[in-house]
Amino acid sequence: MSDITLRLDVLKTYKLYVGGKFPRSESGRVYEVTDSKGQWLGNAPLGTRKDTRDAVLAARAAVKGWSGATAYNRGQVLYRVAEMLQGRREQFAAEVAAAEGVAVKKAAALVDAAIDRWVWYAGWTDKIAQIAGSSNPVAGPFFNLSTPEPSGVIGVVAPQTGYGHSLLGLVEVIAPAIAAGNTVVVAAAADAPMPALSLGEVLATSDLPGGVVNIISGKTADIAPTLATHQDVNGLDLAGAIAAEGPGAAAALEAGAADTLKRVVRPALDPSAQDWTAAPGTERLLSFLETKTVWHPMGI
Amino acid sequence: MSTLAANAPDAAGSGLADVAASEASLRRFLHGLPGVDQVGLEARAASLGTRSIKTTAKARAIDLAISMIDLTTLEGADTVGKVRSLCIKGRNPDPTDPSTPQVAAICVYPDMVATAKATLAGTPIQVASVATAFPAGRAALPVKLADTADAVAAGADEIDMVIDRGAFLSGRYLSVFEEITAVKEACKRPDGTAAHLKVIFETGELQTYDNVRRASWLAMLAGADFIKTSTGKVAVNATPPVTLLMLEAVRDFRAATGVQIGVKPAGGIKTTKDAMKYLVMVNETLGDDWLSPHWFRFGASSLLNDLLMQRQKLTTGRYSGPDYVTVD
Amino acid sequence: MAKNKKIEEPVAAAPKTGLFEYAPAPESPAAAGDIATSYGHFIGGEFVDSSGNEALKTVNPATEQVLAEFAHGTEEDVDRAVAAARRAFADWSALPGSERAKYLFRIARIIQERSRELAVLESIDNGKPIRETRDVDLPLVAAHFFYYAGWADKLDFAGYGANPRPLGVAGQVIPWNFPLLMLAWKIAPALATGNTVVLKPAETTPLTALRFAEICRQAGLPKGVVNIVTGDGRTGAALTAHPDVNKVAFTGSTPVGRAIAKQLAGSRKKLSLELGGKAANIVFDDAPIDQAVEGIVNGIFFNQGHVCCAGSRLLVQESIQDELLDALKRRMDTLRVGDPLDKNTDIGAINSAAQLARITELTAAGEAEGAERWSPSCDLPGTGFWFRPTLFTGVSQAHRIAREEIFGPVLSVLTFRTPAEAVEKANNTPYGLSAGIWTEKGSRILWTASRLRAGVVWANTFNKFDPTSPFGGYKESGYGREGGRHGLEAYLDV
Repeated sequence: MSDITLRLDVLKTYKLYVGGKFPRSESGRVYEVTDSKGQWLGNAPLGTRKDTRDAVLAARAAVKGWSGATAYNRGQVLYRVAEMLQGRREQFAAEVAAAEGVAVKKAAALVDAAIDRWVWYAGWTDKIAQIAGSSNPVAGPFFNLSTPEPSGVIGVVAPQTGYGHSLLGLVEVIAPAIAAGNTVVVAAAADAPMPALSLGEVLATSDLPGGVVNIISGKTADIAPTLATHQDVNGLDLAGAIAAEGPGAAAALEAGAADTLKRVVRPALDPSAQDWTAAPGTERLLSFLETKTVWHPMGI
Repeated sequence: MSTLAANAPDAAGSGLADVAASEASLRRFLHGLPGVDQVGLEARAASLGTRSIKTTAKARAIDLAISMIDLTTLEGADTVGKVRSLCIKGRNPDPTDPSTPQVAAICVYPDMVATAKATLAGTPIQVASVATAFPAGRAALPVKLADTADAVAAGADEIDMVIDRGAFLSGRYLSVFEEITAVKEACKRPDGTAAHLKVIFETGELQTYDNVRRASWLAMLAGADFIKTSTGKVAVNATPPVTLLMLEAVRDFRAATGVQIGVKPAGGIKTTKDAMKYLVMVNETLGDDWLSPHWFRFGASSLLNDLLMQRQKLTTGRYSGPDYVTVD
Repeated sequence: MAKNKKIEEPVAAAPKTGLFEYAPAPESPAAAGDIATSYGHFIGGEFVDSSGNEALKTVNPATEQVLAEFAHGTEEDVDRAVAAARRAFADWSALPGSERAKYLFRIARIIQERSRELAVLESIDNGKPIRETRDVDLPLVAAHFFYYAGWADKLDFAGYGANPRPLGVAGQVIPWNFPLLMLAWKIAPALATGNTVVLKPAETTPLTALRFAEICRQAGLPKGVVNIVTGDGRTGAALTAHPDVNKVAFTGSTPVGRAIAKQLAGSRKKLSLELGGKAANIVFDDAPIDQAVEGIVNGIFFNQGHVCCAGSRLLVQESIQDELLDALKRRMDTLRVGDPLDKNTDIGAINSAAQLARITELTAAGEAEGAERWSPSCDLPGTGFWFRPTLFTGVSQAHRIAREEIFGPVLSVLTFRTPAEAVEKANNTPYGLSAGIWTEKGSRILWTASRLRAGVVWANTFNKFDPTSPFGGYKESGYGREGGRHGLEAYLDV
């Protein structure tokens, strides 16, 4: 018996996604990623604190353009992501199946849900201000309006457990944040980073400006604390902070975020029981918004 | 060509000498003045209105207010008898208390100037005459000038002219300017002295505070000795914010030119409490320099009796009533 | 409660002389009602003694007279109060919203009825002028209760889904700068949404909160719905740390807010923070100058500058700097500093010796760093804590007085050349609570407002507040909003 095949598959070198580019980790190191049965899937870059810092710089640089883009334009871009993802449905189904240990058919349904989730958020971009803003009838001759604005750079600890976490859960933490005009740095699920790193390739071809989404694979305990304590990060989504203790635990990350008073979304009470196919609601959409209230006198 | 008004001296280095050289330059200047935010201005006036004036301060302010009154009768039904009795009231406002100050002036129509002048002979009380087809000002310039000259010839010490609001609102600022300078000329007496000129804007018709600020500067540049809010003949007369704005204008004008101009709110100021609010505004916007009848007047009629009743209350400790002040 | 004592009058400053000098117009201290010699806590609807022996003193900052002693809340006191709030929660949250609304309307009405008493008491305990407590604080306190009263039975329409649920027991810690107003901002939305509260007033200003407890009794509010525990930071820490508290709301300094956020990490308590600020008040060359001057004065000298959203950095366009500063100095010359109970006082007493020391220290640093200091030549009373309204020119972004919150009547003046530079400087701070814009050009206002990273932007006005209008910060000025529909979210499980 021979394991020589007629044609050898070309394997992908997975890379980080930072500032619209695909760098290797500055560490020059990778780590092995296996499927749920322990089979080797590939090598993922071992992103470091410095990679994370570079990603925050890229995310910050992208804030002005992305938050300043019209909501209509952001919606178009998000819809374009759905289109691009649709075109690579089979690839993602395979990656999700491997990452979560589900059958390819179920995985495909999860990819479909992820595509639909992008569409859902694409339609939200130009409605957020209308549901989260208000005209305030103050007791005086003033025009008074409250409007939501993006918080800025959001650090995201991508979901690491729960049904659909590897792609749908990832979309559920990225899409609402950027729909609102934030930029994100994502700590990809450490054990299942392939869908995340591949998503970077989709985003790069979706008219999304470089730096709006940045994806770092590696140890959560390295990347997440860097995001939590970075002074130029404004918000933190701890969806995937599942460690019970240590620097990557939710409590430790939240404490780190407290130093600069970041807006924090805590993980679910039981992240492993989380079903990412559930209807998303608006919580994440509204979590990384600042309400700005502007007063102006009315006179002649 | 335009007349360079006395209030815009080249010597002050204010750079205002050429402002009225043309319609365009005057317009540029007036529209270049800082804007006025209505809400902010009104809030400031209301805030000053909450000052609490008590005891000694109140007594001082009441006497000051009485001394600043242009006691006014401007009715079609005015007669010699009415004007005489008003003059006597102005000389001796409270017959029961000779320490009561006299009013600053008696304000009448031009045909009553001679009567007023005769009745006030020997007193420092000024006779002010409205003129220039008061209150509407809708007459040809020669008529307005004749009206003015007639009042001056009859002995008027002060002329209260109205501006041409129609011209102002249609943007013909130079026309308004030149009319003021012409009236100023008509205020001159043969002996080289001149009647003091008060310029009435009828602020209730100018509608916006921006217009009031522009009118103030326009009149001051043209030679007004006093700027005055209103005729008392329209729905909206003097208000605290409009007066505050004019106080700010004379303050800024003196800072720019060195020339001090007086301010006269007129119409609708009826109570001591009202008068206190205006004096507080003068005090906190302009200070001592303007706290005299030379620089601040109230155009009013019923105000005097309310001041007198409050004065009696302070003197006697009892509240007074309308039967204890004279009706003239 | 022990008998009330006579409130001492401040030693008067020598009056300015002028043709029209205002005679003293003092509000009667007796209008504050009876102040007991000592106070316990308000727990479960009763005034109770502390489990401990430690008493704190609250002084009148205008006279340094001790007004009353009050209990330092122990952990046991806090535990009792939280337990009382927990017991009350089930019934209170189950009450129809329309009934909760009526309690709040009642409270609002009683506050209106007793507003003079509360205004005088607030002035005496805090040092702020009666003019402000009477015309600003108390009307806003009543308005806040009225506003949230109306929400109590309309929560289904607030945009948080059907039948949004309360969180439970709210632990609320408030500052000394607007004691009763901050109480209203905390208690009104909490109660409207069905929570019960334990509130800790600041250690220098407990009296109006304790008087509010009496109002709760007058209103017939069910026992334990509102509990007041007095004390200092230790009591506050015990309250925010209490395991049976579901919601923490804090208004105060950024360092303390940070410590609370750290303390709560991993606890799953919901947290809202309203913290410090270093607001830029931007004046463009086409501003309505006289109103801008009023806005600058109101922005920094209102409430002695003890305002988190104070416009403490004046950013003036270089082309009008001289004109504006002349006008500002002229206006500052007319500010009346002195007896807070005099109805004509514009600037009252600094709240405490500690705060006075901080202001003094920071202004000394301003001088040492080379900024030019100016104050009007007003006389200050002989006793009490006072600070002249102060202006620093020649300030750069690197100076401490341009970066640190002074929380006093001290304005730092910086200049800019272009709108972009103004925005860049305004945003160059870890804070982001408020900002001001002065220009007659509408599109420039909107351009600037959209770029300022601040939760409240006042354009051609400053320091305006309204219960319908959300208030709160960006960045290190905190998170969550108080006021308006947005203010409900902090007290709902959404």
